[in-house]
Amino acid sequence: MERGKGSGRKWAVDLCDAVPSSASARDPIGFSRSTLDLEESTSGKQKKDNEATWKQQKAWEAAQAPFRNLFMMGFMMWMAGNTVHLFSIGITFSALWQPISALQGISKVFDPFKDARTDILLPKLLFIAMNFAALGLGLYKLNSLGLLPTHASDWVSSLPPPQAVEFSGGGLPLL
Amino acid sequence: MYSLPHQQLLLLLAFVFVLGFLTSSCHALYEDQVGVWDWHQQYIGRVKHAVFQTQGSGRKRVVVATEQNALASLNLRTGEIYWRHVLGESDPIDVLELASGKYVMTLSGGTNVRAWHLPDGILIWEAAIPSSKGSNPPRLVALPVDIDNDKINDLLVLSGSVLAALSGQDGTTIWKVDISGKDVDIRDVIVATEELKAYGVGFIGDSGFTIIEIDLHAGTITDRKTAMTSETLSVTELLVSKQFAVALDSKGTHLVTVSINANGLTVLETALSSLSLNAVGLPKLLPTKLDGAISLALGDLTAIVAVDPTSGELRTVETLVGAVAVSDSLSLANSKHSVAIIQLLEGGHSQNTFSLHVHGEDWTEVVQKETVKLPSHRGHVQKVFLNAYLRTDRTHGFRALVVGEDDSLLLLQQGEIVWTREDELASIVDAKSAELPLERDGVSVAEVEHDLAEWLKGHFLKLKATLFLASADEIAAVQESRLNQADKTKLTRDHNGFRKLLLVLTKSGKLLALHTGDGRIVWSLLIPGFRAPHGGPQVCPEKLLLWQVPHQHAEERPEVLVLGKSCSTSDFPAVLSWVDAYKGIELHTMKLSYPVTHALGLPLTDSSEQRLHLFVDDQAQAHLLPGSEESLDLFLKQKDNAYFYEVDRTKGIIEGYGIKGLVESSRQTSSEGYLFETEKLWSVVFPEETESIATVATRRPDEVVHTQAKVLGNREVLFKYLNKNMIFVATVTPKSVGLLGAASPEDSTVVAYLIDTVTGRILHRVTHPSMQGPVHAVLSENWVVYHYFNLRNHRYEMSVLETYDQSRVGDKGVMQLMLGRHNASAPLSSYSSSNVEVKGQSYFFTYTVKTLTVTTTARGITSKQLLLGTVTDQVLALDKRLLDPRRSATPTPSEREEGILPLTDAIPISPQGYLTNGYQVEGLRGILTIPARLESTCLVFAYGLDLFYTRTAPSRTYDSLTEDFSYALLLMTIVALLIAIAVTYVLAERKELAEKWK
Repeated sequence: MERGKGSGRKWAVDLCDAVPSSASARDPIGFSRSTLDLEESTSGKQKKDNEATWKQQKAWEAAQAPFRNLFMMGFMMWMAGNTVHLFSIGITFSALWQPISALQGISKVFDPFKDARTDILLPKLLFIAMNFAALGLGLYKLNSLGLLPTHASDWVSSLPPPQAVEFSGGGLPLL
Repeated sequence: MYSLPHQQLLLLLAFVFVLGFLTSSCHALYEDQVGVWDWHQQYIGRVKHAVFQTQGSGRKRVVVATEQNALASLNLRTGEIYWRHVLGESDPIDVLELASGKYVMTLSGGTNVRAWHLPDGILIWEAAIPSSKGSNPPRLVALPVDIDNDKINDLLVLSGSVLAALSGQDGTTIWKVDISGKDVDIRDVIVATEELKAYGVGFIGDSGFTIIEIDLHAGTITDRKTAMTSETLSVTELLVSKQFAVALDSKGTHLVTVSINANGLTVLETALSSLSLNAVGLPKLLPTKLDGAISLALGDLTAIVAVDPTSGELRTVETLVGAVAVSDSLSLANSKHSVAIIQLLEGGHSQNTFSLHVHGEDWTEVVQKETVKLPSHRGHVQKVFLNAYLRTDRTHGFRALVVGEDDSLLLLQQGEIVWTREDELASIVDAKSAELPLERDGVSVAEVEHDLAEWLKGHFLKLKATLFLASADEIAAVQESRLNQADKTKLTRDHNGFRKLLLVLTKSGKLLALHTGDGRIVWSLLIPGFRAPHGGPQVCPEKLLLWQVPHQHAEERPEVLVLGKSCSTSDFPAVLSWVDAYKGIELHTMKLSYPVTHALGLPLTDSSEQRLHLFVDDQAQAHLLPGSEESLDLFLKQKDNAYFYEVDRTKGIIEGYGIKGLVESSRQTSSEGYLFETEKLWSVVFPEETESIATVATRRPDEVVHTQAKVLGNREVLFKYLNKNMIFVATVTPKSVGLLGAASPEDSTVVAYLIDTVTGRILHRVTHPSMQGPVHAVLSENWVVYHYFNLRNHRYEMSVLETYDQSRVGDKGVMQLMLGRHNASAPLSSYSSSNVEVKGQSYFFTYTVKTLTVTTTARGITSKQLLLGTVTDQVLALDKRLLDPRRSATPTPSEREEGILPLTDAIPISPQGYLTNGYQVEGLRGILTIPARLESTCLVFAYGLDLFYTRTAPSRTYDSLTEDFSYALLLMTIVALLIAIAVTYVLAERKELAEKWK
C-alpha cells in the first residue's frame, strides 16, 4: 500500500513478498529459496531500474521545460518592441511573473520524481538556472523599456529645488 | 500570431497619442465654449471731452474722448458703447466737436484732424496740418458756413500760430495763414459768421492783447488791433469769448479784461480784492467755457465772475467752497444759456451727497435744483457735462454726465443715477489675486444649489445635445445653463481654485475686487488715505503688496498693502494703506516720513502670517515693517542673509547692498518700521557710451518649482541652476534707443547679462550684434526668454538662455545617489562656488511684443507657456518647448521621445494659440497669471483699456474630466448595467430551475 501510494497507483498488491509465509513449514523438495530469491530480486531490480531511469528522464524533461518557454518569450518580447505601452508591459510582466511562480512551485514540479534512487538535484538546478535565465530576460526587457532605476535620473528626478540661503530683492526704483 | 493586429493597433494608438501631445499647445475653443469660463469687458477711460447728440429722431448718444486716448460713442440711455476707437499713445485728443450733425471731428496733438461718421464711427478723412512751434492748446472750430462751396460746412483749426481752414468734405486745406508776428502769441480763434470773419485773439509779449481779423473766404489778414496793458500779464491762460478776453496779471492780484468792439479794444484792470475775492496763493483761471462769465480757482474757492461785454466790468456772481465742478455753458434753442454747478452739500461729506444746480441766463435764476447721492467709492465729482432735453410741457429738462473722482462716468437725471460706467478699470496700475473665504455656514452663499432632479434634467438635456437629438430651444437652454453656471459666481472658495478675487489698483487711487467667475465687482474702495481734500488723488497709487495671506487660520482675513507716493513731487514721503481683501475696508493708513524706492516682501512671516517687508528709502536705508518685536526678532536671525539691489537706469549702474545693524533709536518709532543701516557691497557699471540698461527681469517671488533635475531622453540628468537671486539685464546701444533705423546695424548691439544680485557676480554675458531694443524679457525657473529686433534681417527675434548647474551632483554613481549620498538638497548659496553652464538659442519671431510673461501653476509640475501681449492687443500662448536651447535640426530618437522639436529658424504661430480668441484687449499693458489649485490649470488676467480673463492648461487638463463630460450618460450607463445584471440573474435562475425539473 505504501509503495503503491508512492508510485501513484491506487490499487496495488505486492504478491512477491520475499518473507516466507511461515517459518515452521519446510520448503518443498527441490525448492531452493536462495535461487528464488535471486531470481525474484533480479527481475524486480530491473523493473525498478527502468522506473528510476524513466523518472530521471522525466525529471530532466521537467527541468528543461522552461527552455522552450524562453524562446517563446524572447520572440514575444522582440515583437513587443521597446516602447512602453500596454502590450509590452503585459508581456514583460508575464515574463517576470512566470519564472518567479515557477520557482515558487519548484517542489511541486519535482515531487513526483522524488525518491531515493532518482537524482533530482541536477534537474532542479537546471530548472532554477533556466528560470533565472527567463527572469533575466524579463529584467533585460524591463531595462530596455526603461523601467529599471539604473540611471541617476531615476533617483533624483523629483528632487525638490534647493533652499536659497540668501534673499535679495529690488530692481528699478519706484520713484 | 494573434498579437500582430493588436500590436499595430496599439502602435497606431500610441502614435495618435504622441501626435496629440505634440500639438497640445493648441487651445482652440468650440463656438459654444466662448464665455463659459472667460470674460471680456470694454472700457474707455477717464472722460475729458463729451459732446451730446440728442437732437433729431435718431438714437440718443454721447460722444466722449478720454485721457486714455479713446474716442467712443455711448448710448445715452444705457451707457453701452456703440463704437469705440483707441488712438495711439502719442495721439491725445485735444478737441472734440460735432459738425453738421453727423460728423465727429477730433484734433490730436494740434496736427491731426480726423472726421468720424457719427452713426458707426467710420473714419471719413484724416488731415495733417503742418504745425508751427507752440505749446498752446490747439483749437478747432466747426464753422457754421461753407467756404469752398461743396455744401458741407468747413472747419477752422488753430495750431500754434497757424490758422487753417479745412474742407469738411475731405479735409483738404482750403487756405492756411501764419498769423505769428513779433511777440504775437495767438491763443484762440472766434468766428463772426455774419461778417464771414475769423478773429485770432492772443497776447503781445506779456503786456498787451492783440486781435487779428481774417477773411474767412480768402484767408487773408484784413486787420490787426492791439491794446497794451500797464501790468505785465500771466500768459499761461487767456479766456476768450465773442466779446471779451480775460487774463490774470503776473502777480495774481488783478484780472485784466479786454472788450472787443467795433472801435477797437478797451482794457480794464480789476483788482481781485474789489470783487471781494481774497486770493489764497496764486489764483488760476479755469478753462471752463461760460457765456458772459469766467471761472477762477483761488485755493479751495471757486468763483464765477460775470463780465459785462461792453464795458468789461466784472461782478462776482457765485463763490463756491470745496469740491465743485462747473459745466460749460449750454446754449438752448431760444438763445438762452445754462450752466450746471455740482457741489458737495454741506455736511454731505459722510453721505457723499451733492447738489446739482442748473443756472439760467441770469446767474441768479436757478432753473433746476437736485440733490444726488453718489456711492462713497465714487468720490467727489470732477467734471460735469450738461445736456438739455425738452419736456412734454415744452420746458427744458437737464441731464448731467459726470466724471467721478474714481474716473467712473455717470449719467444723472432728475436726481437719480441713470447709469454708471466703471471706467476706472481702464487704468489699472497693479493687480494681484486673493483667495475667497472658505465655504461655511456663517458665510452667505448665493442660493444657487439645484436639487437633484434639476441637475439630472440639465445633464439629460446636455446628453441630448451631444447626441444631436435636442431641438433648437433645448440647445439654447443648454447654452444658457453653461454660461450661467451657478457655481462659477459664488463668493466662496471652490475645490479647483478657479474662483478667486482679482484685486486691481487703479490710477485714480481706487482698489477693486473682481470675481474671476464673471468679472463683476465684488467690492470697491476709493482709498481714503490717498484722497486729496477736494477730490482727485493727492497720492498716486504705486504698488499692491500682499501683506497677509492666511493659510493656517481660515478665520483670518487676507490683507493687502497699497503703497502710494505724492503725485506732484518726486521725493515726497510714501503713504501706506492696509485694506481687508474680503470686505474692502481700509484697516489703517500711515504717512511715512521717508520716500520708498523699493518695497521688498521678505520670505518671512510672523505668527499671524503677516509678511515681513523691507522698505528702502532714497538714502538706501532699510525700514522693517511690521514694527513689532516679533518681526524684529525674526528678521535679526536672517539679517545677514538679506540683500537688496538698485538699478539706476540713467547712470547705467546696478548697486547691491547688504543690511548692517539696527539703528537703536528707531526702536522708539517702530510704528514706521525698524531702521537698518546698509552697506554697499558691489556695483556693476555699464559703459555709458556703448550700453544703456533696457530691461531688467526678475523671477516671480512666489514661483513654485517642482524639481531641480531635468531628465533627458537618454535618461541622463541635468541640474537646473535655480538661483532665486539671479536677474536678467539687457542693455542696448544708447544710440539705438528710440525709433527703428536710428542706428545702423554695425553700431547697434543688445547685450544680455545674468547677474547674481547677492554677490554682483556676472554669471553669463552674451552679445547680440546688429540687434536693437526694445527688449522684453521673462525669467522663470532656470531660463530666460527675451525678445528684440534684428536690424540685419529686419525681423524680430526671441532668444532663450537656460542655466544648468554642473557642480550640483557631479559624477556620482547610481549607487551613491541611491543611498542619498549627494549634495543636491543642500541649500544653495550665492557665495559657494558653482559651475554654471548656459545653453542658448535664438529664433526669428513674427510679432512685436508688448508684454511677456509666463504661466504659473500650483506645484510647478505642468509645463510652461509663454504669454505674449502682441501689438494687436491679443494674448498669444507659446509652448516653452518651442524655445528650448537643446533643439537641433535632427533630433535623436531619444530626444524626440523627450519631446524636443526639430529646430526651425522661426517660431511657428498657431492661430489656436491665441488665448483671447476673437477679442482684443485694447491698450494691453499687463498680464497677470495666477495658479489655480488644480495643477494643470493657470488663470490668466490681461488688462489694458479692456479686461480679459480666461484660463489655460499648458499640458491640457490631465487632472480633471473635461467640462462637457456627461455625468448623466455615465450614471445612466451604470444604472442600465445594474438593471441588466439583475434581469439576467433572474432569467438565469429561472432557466436553471426549469432545466433541473426536466
